[in-house]
Amino acid sequence: MSGTEKKPGKRWAIWLPLVLFGVFFVLVMNGLVRPANRDIESAMVGKMLPEFTLPAGVDERPGLATDDFRQGEVRLLNVFASWCVPCAAEAPQLDELARAGVPIDGVAIRDRTQDIARFLARYGNPFATIGKDDISEVQLGIGSSGVPETFVIDGTGTIRYQHIGPIMERDVQIILSEVKKAQTPL
Amino acid sequence: MTRALALLALIAAMLAVPVAAQDQLPPAPYAYRQLEDPAQEQKAQDLMETLRCLKCQSQSIADSDASMAGDMRNQVRLRIKAGEEPEAIRAWLVERYGEYVSYKPELTTLTWPLFAAPLVLLLLALLLLRKRFIRRLPEGEE
Amino acid sequence: MIAEAGLALLWFAAALALLQLFASVMTLVGGQSEAEMGGVVRPAAIMQGPLVALSFLMLMWLFIRTDLSVLLVASNSHSAKPFIFKLAGTWGNHEGSMLLWVTVMAMSGSLVALVERRLPERTMIATLAAQAFVSLGFYAFLLFSSNPFERLATPVPEGNGLNPLLQDIGLAFHPPTLYIGYVGLSVAFSFAVGALLTREVGPAFARAMRPWVLGSWIFLTIGITAGSYWAYYELGWGGWWFWDPVENASLMPWLAATALLHSASVLASRDALRTWTIMLGVVAFSMSMVGTFLVRSGILTSVHAFAVDPERGSFILALLAIYIGGALALFGARASTVNEGKQFSLVSREAGLVFNNVALSAILGIVLLGTLYPLLTEAFDTKVSVGPPYFNPVGAIFALPMIVVMAIGPLLRWRRDSFDRIAKVLILPAVLTAGVIVGAVVLAPGIGLLPLLGLALSIGLGIASLLPLLGRNLLRTPLATWGMVLGHFGLAVALFGMASESAFSTERLVAAEIGDTVEVGPWSIELVGIDPVAGPNWTALEANINARYEGGDPISLHPQSRNFTQPPMTTSESALSTRWNGQLYAVVGEEGLDGRWQLRLWWKPFVPLIWIGGLIVALGGALALLGRLLGDMRKAHQVRRIAQRREDNPLHGAAPEPAE
Repeated sequence: MSGTEKKPGKRWAIWLPLVLFGVFFVLVMNGLVRPANRDIESAMVGKMLPEFTLPAGVDERPGLATDDFRQGEVRLLNVFASWCVPCAAEAPQLDELARAGVPIDGVAIRDRTQDIARFLARYGNPFATIGKDDISEVQLGIGSSGVPETFVIDGTGTIRYQHIGPIMERDVQIILSEVKKAQTPL
Repeated sequence: MTRALALLALIAAMLAVPVAAQDQLPPAPYAYRQLEDPAQEQKAQDLMETLRCLKCQSQSIADSDASMAGDMRNQVRLRIKAGEEPEAIRAWLVERYGEYVSYKPELTTLTWPLFAAPLVLLLLALLLLRKRFIRRLPEGEE
Repeated sequence: MIAEAGLALLWFAAALALLQLFASVMTLVGGQSEAEMGGVVRPAAIMQGPLVALSFLMLMWLFIRTDLSVLLVASNSHSAKPFIFKLAGTWGNHEGSMLLWVTVMAMSGSLVALVERRLPERTMIATLAAQAFVSLGFYAFLLFSSNPFERLATPVPEGNGLNPLLQDIGLAFHPPTLYIGYVGLSVAFSFAVGALLTREVGPAFARAMRPWVLGSWIFLTIGITAGSYWAYYELGWGGWWFWDPVENASLMPWLAATALLHSASVLASRDALRTWTIMLGVVAFSMSMVGTFLVRSGILTSVHAFAVDPERGSFILALLAIYIGGALALFGARASTVNEGKQFSLVSREAGLVFNNVALSAILGIVLLGTLYPLLTEAFDTKVSVGPPYFNPVGAIFALPMIVVMAIGPLLRWRRDSFDRIAKVLILPAVLTAGVIVGAVVLAPGIGLLPLLGLALSIGLGIASLLPLLGRNLLRTPLATWGMVLGHFGLAVALFGMASESAFSTERLVAAEIGDTVEVGPWSIELVGIDPVAGPNWTALEANINARYEGGDPISLHPQSRNFTQPPMTTSESALSTRWNGQLYAVVGEEGLDGRWQLRLWWKPFVPLIWIGGLIVALGGALALLGRLLGDMRKAHQVRRIAQRREDNPLHGAAPEPAE
């Protein structure tokens, strides 16, 4: 009977589970220490804006199209919606950016004209143009995954920077410096 | 102190109740409508089941009521209808959102271990079991 | 007072666990005789179960009364919630479900201390030491970072309510069964650690551990099946499995426990696969803990996540490091001194079981890797998603051959056999499998490769799994054999359901006016009306649908679009009509501007077989467990009788041991 008993051996394999657990531990430790950035960054930064033409979102501002971004001027493209609460929170900062001389174009996602008008009346209107994107076409086209998001577009229509979430007070300087950077073409 | 913190957390949780952050617009044309051609619809459906809803926690755009998922479905169906191949649409989305948007990992320098894993596991099993088997049992054993 | 009493009970139980650990360690290493300190170990373990269970009942009572001076109740319950959800809401949150976890752990510790008398006392004390050590960590987690009995300084007027997706009868069944399964595996873990400590690894150890593994596995099977069905009808899109991290977290312990079950049976019957069985014993409960960690730390995103907190994540991670790391280190240090056991031929029952173990472990490895991979690429600042297009085919690489071996293995004899002997009986399933492949390719050319192979193999396995009963007297066939046959047959049934759902489902999305009739598969669906209805804590728009199967009598269906106010949320309540050959799934969505209603309709042929199959698998497990327990009782009785006889005739000391 003992003739077929296998003698112990192959010690390395015995330690394999512990080694694998060690790898797992390091991995999740890393994941806990630097919590994953839940933002989904656009992969379009550095690329040209896709072709689009959007109708006007409100009567007092024109709609917008890709060509508006190729006039040699750095512009901000702000993806927003009247039904989005954080969008109201960033309104003062957008105003500040507009006062600093940066033209801002709005893309209203899945929104109705009367709602946009009410939103602007309440929180101010820093926008040069407002396009109505009823099927998130532009949003999908520029790799935006939520509202609000703000993109810095240089004078050739290239996306240079993406800001995800509402622009808070501390973000204003960052965006202004990105605007400055975008003034020198790639 | 702990209790005060806990109460704060509770109040925060109460405030965090979503304030009707829902748009009022009707869904995009093809968000909840199938393509007329069943073969095309099947293609679209198969693709949508493997695309990630970006607003949801972990759902495909085929299983989500989020309006953005509806807009993505609309986009996929329209493109399929226009004769685009499913993999081209996937590539179009990956170009915009990175690999994250696709539940189907591509073979890259970062993902090759996923695809090597079955082979490694197979080799490991062979290596470990090599000596477990015997060709012939000695006569008269047991 | 109830909250304070519940908390006090937990502290008391934790103190007993400390005593249990101390006494058993003293017995093992301190040179204390087993009579001195060892006598404390079992009673300390036995008392914990009732104490923690009582504490759990107290939390339940707080939820039933909606005691809003308790933080947990205030943040997760509401006075207007129906009774059943107040009750089940006890575990519909992080703290309550952790208390459920600890309750199951303490109860299994009690039970094992109470009934397990076959192992050498030293090994038992080592096992109970391990159980106490693990329990202590979870008591600490509960008491220091997840106290369910935390009071509010001032009671709030009303609670926050429970997530409406959880307000379903599924909440009453899914978490408790799953947790009994998850945590029941802690006993197997403790057995493995105990056996490593005393180096007593052999058939007796496997026989002692097997009922515990089997019991946990039955509950895991039921829990996963219930969870899948719950997600299927509740999420409103007809999906039943999406390889979501939380789903994977429940599948991984099941895969490990299934492998353990099979390797333990090799160890029990043939004294082979010693180290492997020990390792699986450690891995199975480790997977439960890893799963809990993944679900609760918020480290991965999931649609089912309910309690996300990185700080608690760190606490559980520390527990993982201590328990899994410790057990695997012990395994490394001790396993090389454990004999592997006997060898066997390439064609034998053992070889089949080894193949099954390899395949299950490989699938486990794939699921674990795929689940964690996004975390790995995150470390390189890249986000990826791993989903069904990866898990399905890569899992199938191992699952499909495993199914073939499942069909053949049970027909093989232990130790050594030849294919010639069993070839004849396997002709029928083999021919049918081939027939289904050919038939499906000709009749339904569109179906994918995986559903096709799934369909064919499920037929083959379904028949082959019954073959071990061939030529047997069915009344005298051991229950354990019946259990195996049913278990394998149930898997074939479930596989058939999965493949059929994937191959033959038809979907219709329409905007329908009142009075419209829509066709989906063999059904014609008439939207008769939409009416407002009100429930205890919701209002809904309810569609009145008349569904006719192939022009037969109308069946009335009532899917709803429900609006909850506490917390505010809209859910789709699907309506199902089940026939022997499938299920109709109807969901009503929003009203369009043109006054048409969104209807989502699916006809899913044979889809209920997925869950019926799961339940058959669990039933098979239950039969096997019953068979083992009856066998053990018979043997214990025999041993007692022999001892009795020895006492009666002290001269005939050499009475034969009962045969195995």
